[in-house]
Order: sequence, then structure tokens, then C-alpha cells
Amino acid sequence: MASADLTTPESLTSDGVLDPESAVWVRRLGGSGSEYDEAVTRLHELLLRVTRSEVRRRRGQLPIAGPELDDLAHQAAADAVIGVVAKVAQFRGESRFSTWACKFAIFEVSTKIGRHFWQKPAVPMDAEDWDRLPDRFGLDPAGVAEWRDVIAALHRAVDDELTDRQRQIFVAIVVNGTPLDILVVELGSSRNAIYKTLFDARRKLRASLVTNGYLADDVSRQT
Amino acid sequence: MSSWGSLERFLKTDPADAGCAETFELLDRYVERELAHGDAAEQFPGVAAHLSSCNPCVQDFEGLLAAIAGPAGSSRRESTTGR
Repeated sequence: MASADLTTPESLTSDGVLDPESAVWVRRLGGSGSEYDEAVTRLHELLLRVTRSEVRRRRGQLPIAGPELDDLAHQAAADAVIGVVAKVAQFRGESRFSTWACKFAIFEVSTKIGRHFWQKPAVPMDAEDWDRLPDRFGLDPAGVAEWRDVIAALHRAVDDELTDRQRQIFVAIVVNGTPLDILVVELGSSRNAIYKTLFDARRKLRASLVTNGYLADDVSRQT
Repeated sequence: MSSWGSLERFLKTDPADAGCAETFELLDRYVERELAHGDAAEQFPGVAAHLSSCNPCVQDFEGLLAAIAGPAGSSRRESTTGR
């Protein structure tokens, strides 16, 4: 995977000064006394609005509602405030402070949802049902003769080509349909590490299917 | 297109893919760039490549976009993630 390109930050003036609102946030959260306390209270209010809005936006994907959903929003906002206050010295003004802070609130909602599902898993982590794979990829039952061999070849490649860790993560996410953020909690890992492992597994599996003639070669898209 | 086109697309990897950590690092800038100029995918191609294949990060992107721009901001998703 590659590093992303960087562009000129939007929120800095031409002489590198923070926009006024961001500057106030940084000064007060980096201070002490009543000014600091008031800034933390305002930050909590801001992030709670965001986490509440975010859990409402995602509520269709969640088996919880009402007080439990609001509790999740409160937990996410509280943890986001702690994270933002701890990292405020790292804020470089590359976006508005409020946008930067809201990013942590959104991420905390994802984390809390993952933890909630991990406590109440819909699918046992050690399950493995390859018969569900065609449905997961929306394969047309009418074309079973066409894709049955491909699925069998994919299964062989998963068993023969992947490391134990790659196989574990591929089966959990792709075969069992476990959301990635739940696997993060289950394995005590990070989203980035899980994604990278799955990324490498996808690359290996595609190469195997190409080598064995099941998929057309497309060198320019592969690393 | 074969009937396993969705499987084929899933297995394709993009070498430009920035990964989850880099995407999180840049997500605030990506969202502000998109809202101000509508060209975040061109300015941050690695993030755009990542958002085309990572559902959790897409959720975070859509959530931040909605938080900053309001729910209507989510309609920009297709133009910025290529999905």
C-alpha cells in the first residue's frame, strides 16, 4: 500500500496561522483553570451532538435502539473528548479544529459498535461455512456451473496459499461475514493491521486464480 | 462480465491504497477538501483508493461528512469513493 499525497492545508492562513476558532480551541484546551474546564465542557457538547447524530445515522445497521443507543453515543463522546484533549498538542491546523475533533468522535462510535457486537456475536468466530460464500458475493444461482469451480479453486487457494493469520482473517470477514471492526476487538488488533492482512490475502488469492486460469490477468492493478 | 464479477472486484488490490491508518490521519482534510472544492479524490488518491475497498473507513468518511456538512453531504459519497 502507498502513502497518500498531501495537499496544502485549507485552514491555515498564508502566513501559517490557525483560523481564529481553531486557535481559541487550542489555546483553551492547552490551558488550565476555568477556561480549560469550559472548553472541555463545550468540546463534550460538540462531540456528543456528533456521536448522537452518528448513531442515528447508523441505527438501521444496529440491533439496539433507545437508551442503549444513546448510552453508546455518550460513551463514544466521553472517550473522544479524552482522546482529543490528549492529542491537542499534535493538532497542526491542517483542517479546522472542529473537523479534526469530530473525526475522533466518529471513530469512537465505530469502535463502540464493534465492541457491542463482539459482546453479542451473531456468528461464532470459529464457524466456517463456505456454502454461504456465493450469496455473499451475489452469485447468480442460475450460473452455478460457471462459478462453482471458481469457488472451489478459491477455497483451495485459501487453504494452500495463505498464512494462518491471513486465512483466519479471510474466513472471518469474507466467509463468515464478520465486520472488520468486530474482528479488531476479537483479535486485540487494529483496523489497519487487519485490513493490511486481508489486503495481502486478496492479492495472493487473485494471483493464484489468475495463475490457474480462473481469472484474467490484469498486471497493472496488482502489486 | 462474468457472474463472479463481484468476487473478482473484491480480490483486486490497488497499489495506491493508503490503508486505514493513513486514511484516518487524512480524513478531516479529505472531507474539508471535498466540501470546499469537490476534488478530494484527485488531491488524495491514496485515500480515495482505500475508500473504494474498506467499508469501515467509508462509514467513518460518511459520518464525518454528515457531521460537517449535514446529512446531505453524504450524497457526495459516490463521487469521492468511486463506489
